Amino acid sequence: MKLHEYQSKQLFAQQGIPIPKGRMAMTASEAKAIAEELGGRVVVKSQVLVGGRGKAGGIRLAHSSDEAENVATQILGIQIKGLPVRKVLVDEAVNILAEIYLGITNDRQGRCPVIIASAEGGVEIEEVARREPEKIVRIPVDPLLGLREYQARYLAAAIELPRDHWRAFIAIALGLYETFRRTDSTLAEINPLVLTPEGKLLALDGKIVVDDNALFRHPEIADLRDLDEEAPSEREARKYGLSYVKLEGTIGCMVNGAGLAMATMDVIKLRGGQPANFLDIGGGAGAEKVAAAFGLILADRSVRSVLLNIFGGITRCDEVARGILIALQDVKPTVPIVARLVGTNEEEGRRLLADAQMITATSLVDAAEKAVAGQEVPTR
Amino acid sequence: MSILVNKATRLLVQGITGREGLFHSQQMLEYGTRIVAGVRPGKGGEWVLEGKIPLFDTVKQAVEATGANVSVLFVPARSAADAMLEAADAGVPLIVCITEGIPVQDMMQVRRYLDQHGIRLVGPNCPGLLTPGEAKVGIIPGHIALAGDIGIVSRSGTLTYEVLYALQQRQRGVSTCVGIGGDPINGTSFTDVLAMFEDDPRTEQVILIGEIGGSDEERAAEFIHDRMTKPVVGFVAGRTAPAGKRMGHAGAIVEGGTGLAADKVQALQAARVRVADHPEAIVDLLK
Repeated sequence: MKLHEYQSKQLFAQQGIPIPKGRMAMTASEAKAIAEELGGRVVVKSQVLVGGRGKAGGIRLAHSSDEAENVATQILGIQIKGLPVRKVLVDEAVNILAEIYLGITNDRQGRCPVIIASAEGGVEIEEVARREPEKIVRIPVDPLLGLREYQARYLAAAIELPRDHWRAFIAIALGLYETFRRTDSTLAEINPLVLTPEGKLLALDGKIVVDDNALFRHPEIADLRDLDEEAPSEREARKYGLSYVKLEGTIGCMVNGAGLAMATMDVIKLRGGQPANFLDIGGGAGAEKVAAAFGLILADRSVRSVLLNIFGGITRCDEVARGILIALQDVKPTVPIVARLVGTNEEEGRRLLADAQMITATSLVDAAEKAVAGQEVPTR
Repeated sequence: MSILVNKATRLLVQGITGREGLFHSQQMLEYGTRIVAGVRPGKGGEWVLEGKIPLFDTVKQAVEATGANVSVLFVPARSAADAMLEAADAGVPLIVCITEGIPVQDMMQVRRYLDQHGIRLVGPNCPGLLTPGEAKVGIIPGHIALAGDIGIVSRSGTLTYEVLYALQQRQRGVSTCVGIGGDPINGTSFTDVLAMFEDDPRTEQVILIGEIGGSDEERAAEFIHDRMTKPVVGFVAGRTAPAGKRMGHAGAIVEGGTGLAADKVQALQAARVRVADHPEAIVDLLK
């Protein structure tokens, strides 16, 4: 779960990381009031969960509270990468001497957190990694020991930060690690961490991505979820415990198991079709879950046929088929459904579905071909 | 011979009284796996599964009383890290964690701790292990696999069952099937299992089933190239998966250009692994 900049910076501040003065606003008049409090010269920043806000005109400087109101009106009216801007952060404007990158993420291969710093802040770190990889310093952190002071000092030296600022930098790095730990993040990033002419280090922009699997122990963070920023279909899927990702194609997929679901998409592509979604209904899914999954797939107007691919292991195929039939009583499909049931009691399962006017298939390739062919028939 | 589990396995089940734990313990028992104990804090002294399995409050008590040498976990995600550490401290040398949804920071700590204590973990978020005819540890359906000489290692569940079932349809058998799980931080890698298959006299060839995310398949390819004498065939799921989206498994995500199916296929092919276009073609590639 991604957090907004204003939310991330508040969490940083709780660990003693200095951030600019400022607040979130949902209307232009709120933005004006905040700008007045801050003395007029402010930065108005769109709060959407995508990158490239600056390039899209979503981050602008204002020299007075009236200008802040104007700028906020404009920013609150735009869309960035398809997402309408509903909130802005109004921060005091800060003079910048240097921009640093400081972030912590998980290193999959090293199986530990890694803290990353670069003197080239203010641009995407992936961009720096591509252009000047030697400008990036990475230090693995022992997950049992946590980030140690000497490691933060090593980073400060490696990015050639003037010694005067080491103490402040180390405190920020330790605070960032503490934020990473306490919020169960998979990414906690300050970019840029700026050095001001007054000699202060400030977290000008921030980003936190929280591990969805850890939200159960952070109800206060789970509450920060911005439902406006989510596709309704993905919200619906979460409600039913389904794993769903919307894709660009026209063949809806319903599969048990993530690996098999990916393989099903691959075979559809291999046979000339395009999957409309990834959908894993999980093991032993009952009729209610199957019905919810059908509902999700059929609500997608681009779906022109559905491929149901179920492996019956411990749950037998005939049981699965009965669940599908019950589900179909509620959801009346308007597009052809191709069903492939394999595994325990597969013949019985296929017979039940064929009686219900479904197109049945024995192999995955056969099912994909039938789903691709099925969508040629206009049924809507 | 086989790897990891066999007739000598004395299995302990942590979380045996939950719905999943009880159901799958019954299945494992029916398969012939020797389950010697269950752990459920607060229920020590009771018995489950028609009085066949004694319950203990702690893993330590269970191990001392029964000599359990493998523990399988059906513990909820929020307490799974604790349960793995408990098994490790009780000296269980092999832990198999079925649980899905464990926080990644928990897994980093657990994995580091287990490494320091020389304890092997399979999973989490995995279907477990099956040595046909000898032992089933986890949730792999036992009746869809025959005993034989093919080793299977996979990050997936049902996709692996598909392959087991296809093999059975052709009367081909399996030495051991290992589900290493779909999480980004897990206990046992492809390479670990390949090394075991290479040394296992019963295994003659290996099927590797990978998916998008991380670079475990690439490292497996290196190992196969440098060290394997036995033939390996493979499949990688997720060629059509978009970047930046998690495809069901916590670990199935292409991030910053890493984890692409095409790169994995290429790496495996460069190590002379024959890679199938789709799962049903895997069996045709076997010797």
